[in-house]
Amino acid sequence: MRQFLLFITIIVVALIFISRLFYLQIYSGGSHSLFEDNAIRKVYDYPKRGFVFDRNGKLLVANQPSYDVMVIPREVEPLDTLEFCSLLKIDKARFLKQFNKAKHYSPRLPSVFVSHLSKEDYAVLQEKMRKFHGFYIQKRSLRNYETTIGANVLGDLGEVNNRTIEKQPYYKMGDLIGKQGVEASYEKTLRGVKGIKFIQKDRFNRDIGPYKDGQYDTIPEPGKDITITIDADLQAYGEILMTNKRGGVIAIEPASGEILAMVAAPTYDPNILVGRDRSKNFTKLYNDSIAKPLFNRSLQGVYSPGSPFKLMNALISLQEGVMSPPDIVTCYRGYHYGRSFMKCHCAYGTRNNLISGIQHSCNAYFATVYRKILDKNGNASKGIDVWAEHAKSFGLGEYLNNDLFVGQKGRIPDREYYKYAYPKTFYSSYTVSNAIGQGEVATTPIQLANMAAAIANRGHFYTPHIIKKIENETLPDQFTVPKHTTIDKQHFEPVIEGMLQVYRRGTAAALQVKDIDICGKTGTVENFTKVDGVKMQLTDHSIFLAFAPKDDPKIAIAVFVENGYWGSRYAGKIASLMIEKHIKGYITRTDLETWLLKHSLEAEYAKPYSGKPFGINGHSAFQVVSDEEYHKLKAKVDALDNTKKDGKGDK
Amino acid sequence: MVRETNRYFKFDWITILLFLLLAGFGWLNILSASHVGTEVNYFDFSQPYGKQLAFIAFTLVMIVFILAIDAKFYERFASVIYIISMLSLVGLFIFGKNVNGATSWYGIGSFTLQPSEFAKAATALAVAKYVSDLNTNMSFFKDQLKVFAIIATPAVLVLLQNDTGSTIVYGAFFFVLYREGLPKFYLNIAVSLILITILSLKFGAVITSVLAAVVTITIYFFNKKKFRIHHLILMLIGAIAISFSIKIFYNNVLQPHQKDRISLWLRLEKDPIKLERMKHTFAYNLNESEKAISSGSLWGKGFMQGTRTTGKFVPEQHTDYIFSTVGEEWGFIGSSMVVITFLLLLLRILHLAELQKSQFSRIYGYSVAGIVFIHFMINIGMVMGLIPTIGIPLPMFSYGGSGLWAFTILIFIFVKLDSNRINEW
Repeated sequence: MRQFLLFITIIVVALIFISRLFYLQIYSGGSHSLFEDNAIRKVYDYPKRGFVFDRNGKLLVANQPSYDVMVIPREVEPLDTLEFCSLLKIDKARFLKQFNKAKHYSPRLPSVFVSHLSKEDYAVLQEKMRKFHGFYIQKRSLRNYETTIGANVLGDLGEVNNRTIEKQPYYKMGDLIGKQGVEASYEKTLRGVKGIKFIQKDRFNRDIGPYKDGQYDTIPEPGKDITITIDADLQAYGEILMTNKRGGVIAIEPASGEILAMVAAPTYDPNILVGRDRSKNFTKLYNDSIAKPLFNRSLQGVYSPGSPFKLMNALISLQEGVMSPPDIVTCYRGYHYGRSFMKCHCAYGTRNNLISGIQHSCNAYFATVYRKILDKNGNASKGIDVWAEHAKSFGLGEYLNNDLFVGQKGRIPDREYYKYAYPKTFYSSYTVSNAIGQGEVATTPIQLANMAAAIANRGHFYTPHIIKKIENETLPDQFTVPKHTTIDKQHFEPVIEGMLQVYRRGTAAALQVKDIDICGKTGTVENFTKVDGVKMQLTDHSIFLAFAPKDDPKIAIAVFVENGYWGSRYAGKIASLMIEKHIKGYITRTDLETWLLKHSLEAEYAKPYSGKPFGINGHSAFQVVSDEEYHKLKAKVDALDNTKKDGKGDK
Repeated sequence: MVRETNRYFKFDWITILLFLLLAGFGWLNILSASHVGTEVNYFDFSQPYGKQLAFIAFTLVMIVFILAIDAKFYERFASVIYIISMLSLVGLFIFGKNVNGATSWYGIGSFTLQPSEFAKAATALAVAKYVSDLNTNMSFFKDQLKVFAIIATPAVLVLLQNDTGSTIVYGAFFFVLYREGLPKFYLNIAVSLILITILSLKFGAVITSVLAAVVTITIYFFNKKKFRIHHLILMLIGAIAISFSIKIFYNNVLQPHQKDRISLWLRLEKDPIKLERMKHTFAYNLNESEKAISSGSLWGKGFMQGTRTTGKFVPEQHTDYIFSTVGEEWGFIGSSMVVITFLLLLLRILHLAELQKSQFSRIYGYSVAGIVFIHFMINIGMVMGLIPTIGIPLPMFSYGGSGLWAFTILIFIFVKLDSNRINEW
């Protein structure tokens, strides 16, 4: 027995060792990942984010460097917090708060400790960084806006949130990501691919060289520059005209579907969402629940289209053969249906054909047309579906499926939609409001502008898009292949003639622009709001839809001005000026311009929140801005490129 | 006989192969743990891996010499070798050079020699010589005392030079003496002492005493014939006395750093501030070494690819903590292979020792196995956090000339003795 004591002891010890190795290396070890290894410092090399140019090659968005202090909580060792805090210019409470936040997120992964150091602070801190284990400086690139316009178009960058990081592991805590506008929709193109360097550390937290000679390192792939379809001058002009108003203006080039201008008012200077003040300013914008500056009205604003929608009904009636252009409808200051009555401003007994119906925006004419469409086969249930199909072929009632980050479907009601309201019987008289674009029909400004483009093109459109060119890439077919409406080409001419008459003799006669044949349609939309649960009617929205010139159209435009009263009062003026600006490059109708700059609707918007009874429409007075404000705006207009174009439009 | 005609086949090539395997693999890990940057110049003698290569080369020369000397020489001159070795230890008190708190080095220029390493082999020879003497009987108390003196002399000398690790190694001779007839009583005492010490430190004297009483009573009822009641009572009183006095020993005799190591090992320390401080001092090594081993997973990160090794996260990695390099770079597979290789070497030596006809050779072989085993157990156990931190090298693996040569001498004297067993009768 005696000779076995050592023998057995040796075997037992060896077995214990192997068990311990198993426990350490297999059971609790797990797989080895460079990303989890705290002996390896991961340094991200952020590529240059792509620049954004406007359609004329004007630089809109560039970059500027910025430095963030990052922390990996588990690697932090006791430090001289007093010195560290004074270097970072923060107090101890903030230090602890940030540290606990980072620890809560992950003790192993880096979090931003203090973002956007100034260059001076960075220089001082860099020298002493070695003393603070677990902290390091990450260089990043921030946006530098070369312009003060187009906040809603260009969008902005913000830190990724945890949800995005979970879904897209490419992003690490503290990375910037496009939050709105083209920054968001072209995030992948603009950002490029960040590079990573694996650096071997020693136990004193010093870098001792690249890990394995950098064989796993990747070099950053720079983001691509993009050119967007926006004309910066036109955009700026639109934004100036929309100052002190709310609404959206959207201009499209019919021949390509390119968005020339996309104004959402009110707007803000994109520069305020860059750097250290970003979160403060963003919160301010976000919390403004009344003016909603972050709400892109030209894309997300769902409004009743009003009278411009009459064009759609005219087109459908021609296509369906229920009316022909010369057919007359007599207006008796309105339209009787059943026991109801729809008012019209035509003189009693006015006889309207298609063209004069459009020219005078005759409600009776279009109510008749609408009912004829629905009742074509004696079955309004089928009729409304046919009607809806035609309208949808113009891109209404559906997402446009384009490259804009936000959007709304709007609404083109069909029988299915009405099944709850009218479960059994359904007659054309039930939905007559749709005839004049009130009722259940709803569109966004961009949808309406697209409809104008489709009319301008006599039956087809290109999906409105914001991208014009990406380095070494061709645009997807989605933007280059035309989409055809269900309306035959020949039916457009009478409607367009009607739109031309709107400018010549009709509701927009005062908005003519010399040498340009503008085809347009005014709209005035009743609207309501609820404040503290009380529904109240507000001044009508002013809406306008137009394209120009009549032949070979260069621009199609939709303008919504909230509570601007009738169509030509605000929206029409803006449309005319935008068209002139785009086609001629300079303004002859300076009277319209001055009027717009001088008038504000802010008082109108304040009414429902005043808590006092208020008058609307004809009972509301004009609000004229101060001289100072006017001169400020005028100076902005004068600063734009007002040189004459050769008449062929843009390049 | 064939074996007699070809003298090379007399050597146990399995032992030699296992030895070379460990030394070679050890060198690869030293290279990994000590190289700086990407350029490796194997003959750069300013670097540990370069020096170790030279040490290994010299080892090969040494092996030839050891094997060339007549086997009888070792037995005949065992006492002389022992005395010279003891003198070299005593000389340290006068000429010794202090490295890391231990005065266990002779410095000759930049070259240092650690006589305590060689003293182990010398003691093994002396013990073998004395115990194999026909006049010695291990069951006699007088002879036990003499052999204890032979072992205790170097053990105490190195302890006085602050080299606690080397002292513990002399515990290996317990296995040898037990094999050679040391009464079982000593084994019982040794095991009980270790258990009582650990239990009373961890759970306190009262619990330990109660436990001791229960065990004693149980033994009494199952073995009434073998033990007499008053013996057991005496033993129990001894156990209780030890369990109560151990705290006094722990608090007053042990040095603070030794206490810290034990308290960390037994998880006695509860004060978070003190624990944090430990984490940054000696526990740092342990912590980093465990982390390095854990990060190796199944297959390891590959030779020279360990991130923690390359980053020099484990201090003293090429010496006492060399096994953490194996763990990180060669993974569970590689580390287990190293453990198994040691196991095979130890079992092979033990097996050969049992085959010896001469008692001297057998006792010496046993001593070799015991010494290598204690190093193996303490070093790897420490690196993996199984036992308190005690600084002794891993045989053949750890960087250092003295250690490598001492083990070469230790093992190859036995290989020589073994090759001669056919001539003994």
